[in-house]
Amino acid sequence: MKAAAFGVEPCDTLDAALMAARAGARFIAGGQSLGPMLNLRVARPDALTPVARLPDLSGASEDADFVTLGAAVTHAAIEDGRTPDLTGGVLRRIASGIAYRAVRNRGTIGGSLCHADPAADWVATLTALGASVVIAGAGGRRAETVEGFVRGAYQTTLAPGEIVCAVRIPKIAGRFGYCKFCRKPGEFAHAMAAVCLAGSRRRAAIGATGGAPLVLEGDAVSPEGLQKAGLEGTARTMQTAALARALAEAGA
Amino acid sequence: MGFAHGVGASVERKEDDRFLRGRGRFVGDLKCAGMLEMAFVRSPLAHARITRIVKPAGADSRVFSMDDLAGVGSIVANSALAGFKSAPQPPLARDKVRHVGEAVAACLAETRAQAEDLAEQVELDLVELPAVHDMIEARAADSPRVHDHWPDNVVLETRVAGDIESVKGRAAAIVRRRLRTARQCMSPLEGRGVLAEWDTRLDQLTLHTSTQMPHIVRSGLSEVLGWPQEQIRVVAPDVGGGFGYKGILLPEEIVAAYLARKLGRPIRWIEDRREQLAGNANCREHDYDITAYADADGRLLAVDCEAHVDAGAWSIYPFSACLEAAQVASILPGPYKMEAYRCRTWSMATNKPGIVPYRGVARAGVCYAIESVMDDLAVALGMNPVELRLRNLPGPEAMPFTNITNKYFDSGDYPVCLRRAVAALDRSPPPPGPNKRRGVGVSIFCEQAAHGTSVYHGWGIPMVPGHEQAVARMTPDGGLEIRVGIQSHGQGLETTLAQVAHQILGVPLARIQVLHGDTGVTPYSTGTWGSRCMVMAGGAVAAACKELVPRLRRIGAHLLQAPEDQAVLEGGFVRAGGAELPLSEVARTWYRAPQSLPADVSGAGLEAVAGYRAKSDTGTFSYAAHAVVVEVDLEFGEVRLVDYAICEDGGVLVNPMIVDGQVIGGVAQGIGTALYEEMPFDAFGQPGAVTLADYVLPGATEVPSLRIAHMETPSPLTEFGQKGIGEGGAIGPPAAIACAVNDALRPLGARIDCLPITPARVLVALAEAAR
Repeated sequence: MKAAAFGVEPCDTLDAALMAARAGARFIAGGQSLGPMLNLRVARPDALTPVARLPDLSGASEDADFVTLGAAVTHAAIEDGRTPDLTGGVLRRIASGIAYRAVRNRGTIGGSLCHADPAADWVATLTALGASVVIAGAGGRRAETVEGFVRGAYQTTLAPGEIVCAVRIPKIAGRFGYCKFCRKPGEFAHAMAAVCLAGSRRRAAIGATGGAPLVLEGDAVSPEGLQKAGLEGTARTMQTAALARALAEAGA
Repeated sequence: MGFAHGVGASVERKEDDRFLRGRGRFVGDLKCAGMLEMAFVRSPLAHARITRIVKPAGADSRVFSMDDLAGVGSIVANSALAGFKSAPQPPLARDKVRHVGEAVAACLAETRAQAEDLAEQVELDLVELPAVHDMIEARAADSPRVHDHWPDNVVLETRVAGDIESVKGRAAAIVRRRLRTARQCMSPLEGRGVLAEWDTRLDQLTLHTSTQMPHIVRSGLSEVLGWPQEQIRVVAPDVGGGFGYKGILLPEEIVAAYLARKLGRPIRWIEDRREQLAGNANCREHDYDITAYADADGRLLAVDCEAHVDAGAWSIYPFSACLEAAQVASILPGPYKMEAYRCRTWSMATNKPGIVPYRGVARAGVCYAIESVMDDLAVALGMNPVELRLRNLPGPEAMPFTNITNKYFDSGDYPVCLRRAVAALDRSPPPPGPNKRRGVGVSIFCEQAAHGTSVYHGWGIPMVPGHEQAVARMTPDGGLEIRVGIQSHGQGLETTLAQVAHQILGVPLARIQVLHGDTGVTPYSTGTWGSRCMVMAGGAVAAACKELVPRLRRIGAHLLQAPEDQAVLEGGFVRAGGAELPLSEVARTWYRAPQSLPADVSGAGLEAVAGYRAKSDTGTFSYAAHAVVVEVDLEFGEVRLVDYAICEDGGVLVNPMIVDGQVIGGVAQGIGTALYEEMPFDAFGQPGAVTLADYVLPGATEVPSLRIAHMETPSPLTEFGQKGIGEGGAIGPPAAIACAVNDALRPLGARIDCLPITPARVLVALAEAAR
C-alpha cells in the first residue's frame, strides 16, 4: 500500500508548527507508527508537519526533582545514555527494550505517548513513574499526568492544534521493576507490568490490556490486587505473572 | 575428483557478492521507459456474487475487469486422478469472488500510489454469500458451496486401502489423536512481482517475473492467453526467495501480459505485504484423525488416518488443488516400518486462497502427525520414545527399503541418524527456572526429492518432469557458460552448478557463468521445486560438460601433436606426453583460429546440450533426525528452544556450507510453523493477521544455534551420489518441538493438539488440565 496524497508543511519553530496544525496539518515525529498508518491509508491527513527537529521539542535536562525530555527525543538517544536518566538507568533500560534498533533510531518518546498504543512501553512505564506531559497549544501551555493524558487505546486528551512538547519524570527515591512479555523483539506485548515502590508510595501500571494502563496503588500493588481488576482468561494469567516478576525485580 | 573447488568443497557463494552489497537486480529494480504501474481492486469479502463493477468516470482506459480481457481464458490446473473436480479460474474474478484478496479489476497509472487511488474509486457491488471457512464444516451436506457447479466442496478424495482389522488383535497399545495445523502465509523476503513488455521488433512478450519456474509460466501463459510459446519469453531476474510461493502461474502475470500487449506500454506490478498477507495465506492447513497400533514390544502394527487439507478456492497451476492431500496419503508412514496402513484424504475447497506447496509440502504436517502418535505409543507402553522409534526404523541391512506405500529408500542408516541427533543434545543444561518445565522431543523423516517422470505422470497435473537439460558452452577465451532452465533464488546454484562444471572440466570457478531463469536462453525445465536442482540440473551440467571433454581433447591433442588416445583433460588443461595446453588455447583455436584445427574436426564445436535423468525416477531419499530441548514457561505459556541438534544425510554434499545454510533456513521456517505463524480466518472468511505486526514470523532471535551433524551415504541413483536436501530443515521442527512441549506438559496432564503452539494455547491447555 502507498499512502494517499498528502502535503508537507515544514516549520522551523513551534509557533509555526502550531499554526500549521490549526490549519489542519498533522504532526509527524519519528513516523514509526504514523508511517504504517499512512501506508495502510488508515490515516489520511491533508498535510504533515515534521516536528522531529524542532528545537522546542529536542532538548533534555534535569534538576533536583525531575528529568525532562523533549518530546522528540528518540528512544535510541535515551538507550545510548545521551539524555539524563533516573537512578539505576531505568529510562535507558526501558528504551533499549522497545521494538528493535531501527525503530528506536527514529521513534520518539513523545510520539509514543501521543500514539497511545496500549502495548507501548512508555505508556505503562511513565504512568507507573507518575510522569507528566507538557502540552503546548494556542492558549499556551498545560501539563497533565500521563495517566490522565492517555484515555484509552489510541486515545489521549490532546486537542486539535495541541502538541506534546516534553515529558517530565519525577526523580522518586524508590525501586522500579518492569516485565514485558513478548516472544520476539518488535512483537506487540502480551503482558506488561511496571512498578514503582517508594516507601508508602506504591504504584503499578499494567500495560498491553487493550486500553489505557490499569493503575494499581498502595496495597493493591500485588498479584492478588490484580486479580480484582477484571482481567480474564489467559490475559489474567500472563498479566499476573508479569506483575509478580516486576515486583520481584523491584525487591518487593 | 579432488579439485579444490569441485564437488564437496565449501566454496563461498558466487552470488553473495552482489546480494550482500545490495547489487542484486530484482523485478522491483527494473524500470522501462513508458512503464505503467498496476494495482488491483481486490475482494473485501470471502464469498460474494458480483453484481456490478463501476469504473470511475473517465477511467475506462485505465481500469480493466475480466470483461475487458477479450480472448483471455481461465487458468486450468486439473489432476487426472479419478474424481478430481475442476474449477477453471478466470484471472480476474467474474460472477463470484471466492476469497478475500481475489483480484477483481486491474488499475493502471504512472505511479503505484496513483494506481491505488484509482483502485479505491472503483465500486464493487457485491452480494455477500455465506463463507466456507472451515475444511471440516465444508464437508457438511448443508455447507455453502465454493463452486456452484459442484455437488459438494470436495476437490478430491483419495484412499489407501489397508487391512487394519487383521493386526488389531495383536495391539498392546492403541492411540488416537486429532491434530490441526494452521494456515500459513509463505513469506519470502521479496514478494511477487511482474514486469510485462511487448517487444514490437520480435513480436514477443518479455515477462520479467519473480518465479521459480519460468518455462512453466510460459506454457501456462500460452494456454490462458492463446498466444504461441515462441511469442512469450519469461525471465526471472534475481528472485528473493521462493519456497513454493513462486511456483505458480499468477493471475497478475496474465493480466500484465495481456495489457502490455494491448496498450503497448510496459506494465509492472509489485506485490506488497498487505496483498501477500490478506490475499495469499496459502499453505500448510491440515487436519488429522490418526490412530496407531503397536504390539507390546513397541513394534508398529498399523496406522489408520483420515486427513483433510484445506485447499482453498482455486486449483493452482501447475501443482493443482489436490497434490498436498494426495501426498499426505502416500508419505504419512515416513521411514517407519509397519504391517498395515490405511488412509483417506479429502482436499477441501474453501473460501480461502488456493493452496500452494510450501517447502516440504505435506511433510511438515505428516511428520507432526506420525511423530505425535509415536510418542503416545511410547507413553502407553512405558517405553522411551527414542527406543520405540529405533525399533521401527529401517537400518542399513534393510536397504534398499521399500515402505508400505511403495516408496523406494535407496540408501541410509535411519537408526544411527536418530541416535546421533539425540546424542548431540547438551547433556547437562542449566536447570530450568521457577515455573518452567523442560521437555525433549525428536522427529525423524525422509525427504523424497528430485521426483521424476513416473511420479508426476501419476498425479496427472499440468507438469511432468522428464530429462533435465543443460547447455555447456566454452567462450573464445576459455570461459564457460552454463545454461539451465531451473531458477536459483537462494539455493546458491550459481555456485554449486559451477562447482559441478569445474569438477568435470577444471575451468576456474571465476570463469564459469551460470545462466538460469530465462526461457530465451536456457533449455526447457519444470524449474526449481521439490529439492530437485542439485540432482537434476547438477546431473545435466555434468552431462553437458562431459560432452565437451572428447571434443576438447581431440583439438588439444592435435595442437600438442600427440595421438588423441594419449591426451587427457585434467585441471583445465589438455595434457599429452609431458606437454600441456590450457583450455583457453583450445577454445581460442576453435573460435578464432580454425585454420589450426584438425581437418576432420567435428562441427559440433564447443557447445553441447545434454539431458539427464536419475537412474530411477522415484526420487532420492535424504533424511534427517531433529532433537530439541524446550523450556515451557508455565505462567506466560512461552516456549523457548534450549537446545537443538540435527543429524542429516544428504548423500554427497556438493557444497557442505550451502547445505548447512539450507538446513538452518529451513529450521527457521519450521520454528515458524511450530510456534509462531498462523493466519486465522473468522466465520466470514476474513483473514485475521494482515500485517507483519499480527502475522508473527520468527527472526534471528527466535532461532537457536543449531548443531548439525552430517552422514554422507551416497545415493546410488545420482551423478555424484548427491540427494535433494533443500526442504528437510522445514519438515522436522514442528514435530520435534510439539513432542518436546507435550513431553514437558505431560506430568501436568496437559497436551496441545494444534500448531502453532502459542502462549495462549499453552495456558488454555494448562488451565483445562488443572480443572
